[in-house]
Amino acid sequence: MHELAITQGIVEMIVERTDSARVTAVYLRIGKVSGVVPEAVRFCFDLVAAGSPVEGARLEIDEPPGRARCRSCGCAFAVEGLVVLCPCGSADVEVVGGDELLVRAVEVV
Amino acid sequence: MCATCGCGSEGPRVTTFEALAGSGQGHGHGHTPQDHDHEHEHAEPAPRTVVLEERVLARNDLLAAENRRRLAERGVVAVNLMSSPGSGKTTLLARTVRELAPRPMAVVEGDQETLLDAERIRATGCPVVQINTGEGCHLDAAMLRRALDALAVAAGSLVFVENVGNLVCPALFDLGETSRVVVMSVTEGADKPVKYPHMFRTADLVLVNKVDLLPYVDFDPELCAERIRRINPTTQVLLVSATTGEGLAAWYAWLGTSGTAG
Repeated sequence: MHELAITQGIVEMIVERTDSARVTAVYLRIGKVSGVVPEAVRFCFDLVAAGSPVEGARLEIDEPPGRARCRSCGCAFAVEGLVVLCPCGSADVEVVGGDELLVRAVEVV
Repeated sequence: MCATCGCGSEGPRVTTFEALAGSGQGHGHGHTPQDHDHEHEHAEPAPRTVVLEERVLARNDLLAAENRRRLAERGVVAVNLMSSPGSGKTTLLARTVRELAPRPMAVVEGDQETLLDAERIRATGCPVVQINTGEGCHLDAAMLRRALDALAVAAGSLVFVENVGNLVCPALFDLGETSRVVVMSVTEGADKPVKYPHMFRTADLVLVNKVDLLPYVDFDPELCAERIRRINPTTQVLLVSATTGEGLAAWYAWLGTSGTAG
């Protein structure tokens, strides 16, 4: 349940970066293979934001799919998780997308 | 309060141990929840978008980079040991610090509660500090920083960081360690690497512990190693028993060269 600590970090960062302005929306990017569960962040968000300038903000999360590249044959392909095999059979595969964990933007009033 | 796992807002506690003196008292470290009274404008202005594009773990990673720099400056090698609860990390560490003495070493113990693990290490004579994370399920770079400050680690030391027993959460948090070691045990089953790939993906070494129990459990070491390499083709896998000492020479040899790993 590292999503609680992750969500606390998100709210603290936003409050600091926006000089405690009232935040009405938060845009996150949580890649499909980032190791963070968006539903768990949603679950924690209202609890963590309560009493802060982020309280009540709308949470929008985009979830880019996992992408990998094979170090053996160089081909790129989509992945669902981290247990991946290249179509060529190699397990020497590097995740090149979908592992993002970003606060993209906020709306403030 | 988190209803899924009961996480609360109480912060981590660091307990230091005087050599052979009474046990130290932890002190609370309050995370301060934001508590602003917010004056609302009655004429609501239109919201404006502020682009942040900041990585969520950027702050932890900055602190981790600072830890890494400070450790390197003093020639200290820090090994982050991660595993599920009960894999035998503390037994392995207690034996390791006994058998590698008098090499300068120190141990940072991470657990949600109790000083039990630190007491076991302290009994070996090795300097130790206990971090109790309270409701937290992993160590982070700020906690390691506090622990290292409390320990005053001697230059050239080997520092073992025993993370909170958990195969999920510690994987995401860089502590600034020199290398990462995942400990698993034959009683856990050979499927753990593929069930918890984030943990195994960043390991420099995987120790498969409790091999003395292989005659009694259904565990295929070859299959396990194959699964680990599917997640992490470059990692090393060593079969060990912290109870009988089997395979530990290879672990000690790895530690002798791990200053350049990670």
